[in-house]
Amino acid sequence: MYAVELENISKTFSGGVQANRNITLRIKKGEVHGLLGENGAGKSTLMNVLYGLLQSDDGRIIVNGSEVRFNSPHDAIAQKIGMVHQHFKLIPTLTVAENVVLGMEPKSSKPTKSGLGTIVLLSAFSIILMGLFLPVEQALLGALILLLSVVILYHIFRMTNPSERLGLNRLGRLGFVLEQIGSIIATLSQNLMPIGYGDAIEKIKHIAEENGLDIDPMAKVEDISVGLQQRVEIIKTLYREADILILDEPTSVLTPQEVDELFVTLERFREAGKTIILITHKLREPMALCDRISVLRDGELVGTVEKAGTSPEELAQMMVGRLVVFRVEKTPAAPSDVVLDVKNLEVLDNRNLLTVKGISIQVRSGEILGIAGVQGNGQTELVEAIVGLRKLKSGSVRIAGDDITGASPRKVRAVGVSHIPEDRQKRGLVLGFTVEENLALGQQYLAPYAKGPLTLFLDLESIQNISQETIDNHSIKVLSSKSLASTLSGGNQQKVIVARELGTKPRLLIAAQPTRGLDVGATEFIHKELISMRDAGVAILLVSAELDEIQTLSDRIAVIFDGKIMAIRNPAETTPNELGLLMAGHESNLEEVSA
Amino acid sequence: MQEADISILLIGILLKTTLQMATPLILTALGGMYSEKSGVVNIGLEGMMLMGAFAAVWATFLTGNPWIGLVAAALAGGLLASTHAIVSVKFKGNQIVSGTGIILFALGFTTLMLDAVWGVAGDTPEVTPLPKVQLPFLADIPIIGIVFSQLSPIIYLMFVLSILSWFVMYKTPFGLRLRAAGEDPSTLDTAGVNVEWVRFIGVVLSGCLAGLGGAYLSIGFTTRFRKGMTGGRGFVSLAALIFGNWAPLGVFLAGLLFGFLNGLPNIIQVLAQYNSDLAFLMNYIDLIAMIPFILVVIALAGIRKSRPPKGIGVPYEKEAAG
Ligand SMILES: Nc1ncnc2c1ncn2[C@@H]1O[C@H](COP(=O)(O)OP(=O)(O)O)[C@@H](O)[C@H]1O
Ligand SMILES: [Mg+2]
Repeated sequence: MYAVELENISKTFSGGVQANRNITLRIKKGEVHGLLGENGAGKSTLMNVLYGLLQSDDGRIIVNGSEVRFNSPHDAIAQKIGMVHQHFKLIPTLTVAENVVLGMEPKSSKPTKSGLGTIVLLSAFSIILMGLFLPVEQALLGALILLLSVVILYHIFRMTNPSERLGLNRLGRLGFVLEQIGSIIATLSQNLMPIGYGDAIEKIKHIAEENGLDIDPMAKVEDISVGLQQRVEIIKTLYREADILILDEPTSVLTPQEVDELFVTLERFREAGKTIILITHKLREPMALCDRISVLRDGELVGTVEKAGTSPEELAQMMVGRLVVFRVEKTPAAPSDVVLDVKNLEVLDNRNLLTVKGISIQVRSGEILGIAGVQGNGQTELVEAIVGLRKLKSGSVRIAGDDITGASPRKVRAVGVSHIPEDRQKRGLVLGFTVEENLALGQQYLAPYAKGPLTLFLDLESIQNISQETIDNHSIKVLSSKSLASTLSGGNQQKVIVARELGTKPRLLIAAQPTRGLDVGATEFIHKELISMRDAGVAILLVSAELDEIQTLSDRIAVIFDGKIMAIRNPAETTPNELGLLMAGHESNLEEVSA
Repeated sequence: MQEADISILLIGILLKTTLQMATPLILTALGGMYSEKSGVVNIGLEGMMLMGAFAAVWATFLTGNPWIGLVAAALAGGLLASTHAIVSVKFKGNQIVSGTGIILFALGFTTLMLDAVWGVAGDTPEVTPLPKVQLPFLADIPIIGIVFSQLSPIIYLMFVLSILSWFVMYKTPFGLRLRAAGEDPSTLDTAGVNVEWVRFIGVVLSGCLAGLGGAYLSIGFTTRFRKGMTGGRGFVSLAALIFGNWAPLGVFLAGLLFGFLNGLPNIIQVLAQYNSDLAFLMNYIDLIAMIPFILVVIALAGIRKSRPPKGIGVPYEKEAAG
């Protein structure tokens, strides 16, 4: 028996990208099915089609044996399908409870204070006003009628389905008209009766308790950790009584320990008979949890295998289409002089909260210092403060002895700092500029990119020549150096940034999430570039949420948690488990764990 | 003794003028709130107000009943707003361009109709305004009695709608969905709610309320329609909306503040009559009349920390990358 059958699904986006080609996938009832594939393979697209968020160009969807058509998530939710998206679908300014009930708001079982208050106030207003325009007797009568109708309406509104509950459909033709009125009232009542948060909170607490998903329903989503936010997403699907649960890359935002907790929860769901589709681009996870695993590559289904009959090596090969080397070749580092010297740095975030709480780090020439940590623990602000994109509250930053505390980005670049920003599309590139313009950015005011008196004019010819050379050297796949940056794939966009930042011969390179969202090929390329820069004597500060990346590349690992450096570890002497605990802020019980 | 009486009278007049000036601003700003909270910028409020002011007079002229005029104002504002909704929600057009179009259309249409209906270029003839409300039990209370004497029922309606808006926005499913549509439409969509519908209704409601605001100017405060009679009040309302941080209570208070500043020239005139020491102020009356607009600029420049809905101004595309 299949819970979900996707037959011949194809999806082409309006931009022309074909994300799914003729995919046929069958998910058994009660299994945990892994959906594996590199970034951009089309996993999210396929699942968004199943969730009704996207409509496929072709193909059929069969849920529990009967064919369905999903015009919107509303239809999918009705079939008890729930999805936890890769980028959470939560509204930060609302509370947990508000986020959970959104779209399925319960009516309160008893009149709420605010509802009653509003009715009383408004009735008083109308009675007084009526009293002014009508003689006393009529005013009293009017007031009485008004009050009565408010009470009656209030009760009709509180019914779940007024047209049925009032028995209107039994009245023949007149009934039809009344029924229409009833359904209008039903719609209005669905939207305008006070939300019963009391009941909702009870239900959320109940779900939380039953599934070991402890949460405070009254907390604002923006104030809770990413791990907890994911919990809210899961509770949202349970609140809607989903039987088929899709989780899109749920582990990418979690520490190793949180991943383990999540897997315990999913195990529980499996026992409860739910069907789970787990999307991931990591190999460890499907091997740990799934019954069967399907692999996508370039929008096509490569195959579906039983866990028992496969190995990580086979999965990796299916995913990438060739044999993969897991290790990056690397010789021991030969660090020399201190290049980056950060002392007691304190930085505020966009909401003016102290986010970097006194960080001191040093990076020497010829070494890679990796900063490990769950996103949102101050990494972004730390990097932005060093490169001059964000004001710092206190502390100092020196580059090879030069004080650049609070200097402008241009000054920071001038002393030999390069920066591969975390968000390549917002901060790394101007998407509407050509590749060569993007390659010149940051040095556009210097020869050989500029010429003339005071180098006031761009030297277009030289820009084009240098760009062409760079494109060839880094094998960036692009039609011409005059193509817009927005037309490149993610991997090639990142290559443009890396080429530009390395081209300035920096003393310090800051690489923030340099391989996020890239496929294996592009990742390998960038890792090799980083290592060869290190060997050439550049100091490298690497910030990454991928623990694997940190461990393979770094010569020293600094773990950041809640704006502070928890510890600095030698990658050869630590374990993912220890790092994970540090990333979650556990300091005390380290000894036992590492023993 | 007489001194005290006069100052009480003055305070009363001051408050009353504030209330009168604030009412159209608050109504329109509340309307703007429904639109902008749902994620649609509405700079067309000025046009919707003007349309409401005109429709109120026209319907009153035709039927002789100002209450029908009031309803017509809300309908006309809503109708005009629905074109903004169709352009910016359904066809995902540029909301600023559409809003500007609304203003220009309303100006042109009302001018044209002035000529077509009455054959005049500036002022319509007088129509019956809404009857004034005199609350008997308040008349004897010192200051309150002055403030609440002979007010237009639209002012009371404004109070009612302010309370109702707070309730709708924060206590009902519709309000929750509206706020979600403005913060992050894709989240609302994922929750199984039709984003376009929610935004559509938000925009239409904004037109209805702005229409009522306009009606106050024509059949509440005065008795006729005059070409361009809103005189930038739609924009001041927009500023009150921002100043009030897109929240009903904030909008209400900001509206009162701007209303007070709007009424300042009138108040100074009265003051100057009673106290010749203050007569010199009359020389600067135009300067004083400018203050609210300077404040508007400051408000728009965001001196006060306000937090607009995150998804405001961006049409919702289901297939947007990400
Ligand atoms: N809304 C969109 N518009 C255009 N292209 C898209 C959109 N969403 C995804 N894509 C493209 O479709 C391909 C598959 O993307 P996706 O399904 O997100 O991959 P995965 O989840 O496996 O990483 C990618 O090339 C991506 O760039
Ligand atoms: Mg994805």
